Amino acid sequence: MSNVFIVLQANEETRALVEAIQLDNPHAVVVRQPAMIKIDAPDRLEVRRATIEELLGRSFDLQELHINLVTLAGHVNEDDDTLTLSWNS
Amino acid sequence: MDMKVAKKKLPLKEKYQYLTRDLGWETTYQQQEKIFPYAEYEGIKIHDWSQWEDPFRLTMDAYWKYQAEKERKFYAIIDAHAQNNGHLHITDARYLSALKIFLQAISPGEFAAHKGFARAGRELPGIGTQVACQMQALDEMRHAQTQIHALSNYNRYYNGFHAFADQRDRIWYTSVARSFFDDAMSAGPFEFMLAIGFSFEYVLTNLLFVPFMSGAAYNGDMATVTFGFSAQSDEARHMTLGLECIKFMLEQDPDNLALVQRWIDKWFWRGFRVLGLVSTMMDYMLPKRVMSWREAWEVYGVENGGALFRDLARYGIRPPQGWDDAEKAIDHMSHQFMLGLYQWSFGTSFHSWIPSDEDMAWLSAKYPTTFDKYYRPRWNHLRKLAEAGTPFMNTGLAKLCQTCQLPSVFTEPDDPTMSCHREGRYLGEIYHFCSDHCQTIFNDEPEKYIQSWLPMPSLFQDPLNGDVGAWMQWVSLLNGKDNGDFVGSEDEANFQLWRGLATKNQ
Amino acid sequence: MPVTSLKPYVGVSRDRVENYNGQQLVYASWDHHLLFASPFILCLSPQMTFGELVEQRLKPLVQADPDAAAVDWQAVQWLKSNQPFTPAFDRSLADNGIAHKEQIRWRTPGLNSLMSAA
Repeated sequence: MSNVFIVLQANEETRALVEAIQLDNPHAVVVRQPAMIKIDAPDRLEVRRATIEELLGRSFDLQELHINLVTLAGHVNEDDDTLTLSWNS
Repeated sequence: MDMKVAKKKLPLKEKYQYLTRDLGWETTYQQQEKIFPYAEYEGIKIHDWSQWEDPFRLTMDAYWKYQAEKERKFYAIIDAHAQNNGHLHITDARYLSALKIFLQAISPGEFAAHKGFARAGRELPGIGTQVACQMQALDEMRHAQTQIHALSNYNRYYNGFHAFADQRDRIWYTSVARSFFDDAMSAGPFEFMLAIGFSFEYVLTNLLFVPFMSGAAYNGDMATVTFGFSAQSDEARHMTLGLECIKFMLEQDPDNLALVQRWIDKWFWRGFRVLGLVSTMMDYMLPKRVMSWREAWEVYGVENGGALFRDLARYGIRPPQGWDDAEKAIDHMSHQFMLGLYQWSFGTSFHSWIPSDEDMAWLSAKYPTTFDKYYRPRWNHLRKLAEAGTPFMNTGLAKLCQTCQLPSVFTEPDDPTMSCHREGRYLGEIYHFCSDHCQTIFNDEPEKYIQSWLPMPSLFQDPLNGDVGAWMQWVSLLNGKDNGDFVGSEDEANFQLWRGLATKNQ
Repeated sequence: MPVTSLKPYVGVSRDRVENYNGQQLVYASWDHHLLFASPFILCLSPQMTFGELVEQRLKPLVQADPDAAAVDWQAVQWLKSNQPFTPAFDRSLADNGIAHKEQIRWRTPGLNSLMSAA
């Protein structure tokens, strides 16, 4: 078991992103640090566009994540609807 | 009413395919081997470049859109920082030493990476690889420029920043990072990708950037925080490029394993040595500390690195050779290096200082097995000498490691009381190393490292011939301003004066 | 191992003794005395005697260590290239076989004020 993680800037735009990630990944742990939010999850984490759009109240392109992404860990698999981080161990 | 509208946008994967992969072709007027003369000589075997996966699949329209957004945000904040005397909001002017080191040693690395990725984007035949490298080349150029912009406001008020370009090329501690990048850039394109894309951008990047950027956030440095966030999102793409690079090499041919492992061993160690600067910055130079270097290593080294190498084990990759020695060094390296920087501060374009009682209490708590036993006695003695009016300045200068070019401040992995002495002979000449791993790197490619320009041995050759005053001029170091102890410096005095002026009417 | 390359790769050493105008480099280190953060780098005449090296270069450099005054320089244990070595104080560095870029170390067992762990 290895942790994947995603780290986002802490700002108005990422509020909904963090909430969405928590909803879609009940095993994820959120740690708030100055200006950054780190989200760890065992083995796999999914970021889903649909959930984000519901919380943001507007359409959202997953590639917009690039503006607020700080760092991440794990193999990345992205399509229009989901960004998945995973380790294969 | 529910109208079904034909999908106007191409799905991400298809758009990427049409706008990148499908724009490439096999040459017919000239042989592929002539167009890509460096693609095979290193010994890495690639059978099918189309297997390269780019997870983020950015096309230029998306790239420019998101980069422009980041730039707008960035420059708005830099302007606000300058307009509002942002420099007075830092916790203490000691913090500036971290920024000076960053500008002199790290920012030039960004520019070097730009050149390296531009070259890799040209030399590697795969279209997906080319596109990813070209974007990274642009990113790295942007990083170099935004860093310089961000720190330029501090240059208006404080010493040590003004000649970063001269110091990048000529001063001693910057050669650690410079030689790291020179080594990568003078290697073949595959080794470059593994060295920078994987080892640096994936394995080690968090240990460099998170401490610096968090350090900036904790110490009121809005300019650097802003730069950090502007760059970090690029870094996520760089990390995936690095990880894809290694997966691709390993999946294309099992014969690639041995060479990839050797490169991982070499570049992990070279990268770890460069991080010596970061460890010292975290533990000593941030007035308000984020966490200790040991704590950062636990999260970003042990935990994250551990997860990565467990994942790569399926290819036959094992953790880097130097991993255990790196672990043994964690509780020592920041102290060893800061003690060095303090005693050689006449030759640095940033200030050092003796840690206060509060600083030492923190260090003692964070390093319970090492600080009081090995390092506090030295700091106490240095303090005694300084208080007596005879601050210790080590004019014996320093032996440098032929490979990593750091002053040999590091000790035996199993004996922190003994300097690590390693030496060897090549073609009749003696070479010195700070560790087994630097020596192994040398022994693998001695012709590469015997030609290294080492700052200290060079100081004694023509034209400087050991004249420290002439050397200071040559590296554009303003004696009494850029160098020396923070206590008694212009930076200290000015910061206090201006902060006072900002809150009083006298 | 040779450098992997498309053409013959020949490096030219940058710190050859010929570059030092008749002088040479010598490194020097006092074991367990890490107040001095790294071994010293010295540029000297090969005709300097070992005694002059000690008097004129080493002693001044180590003054700041609390053990410095107590060192009996005739009784210390010396090493050259990490091997035990008995220098002749009245002979030159060259006659003592101290080559360009060689490292001299010395040990003072029991004398260790700042490094009691040693």
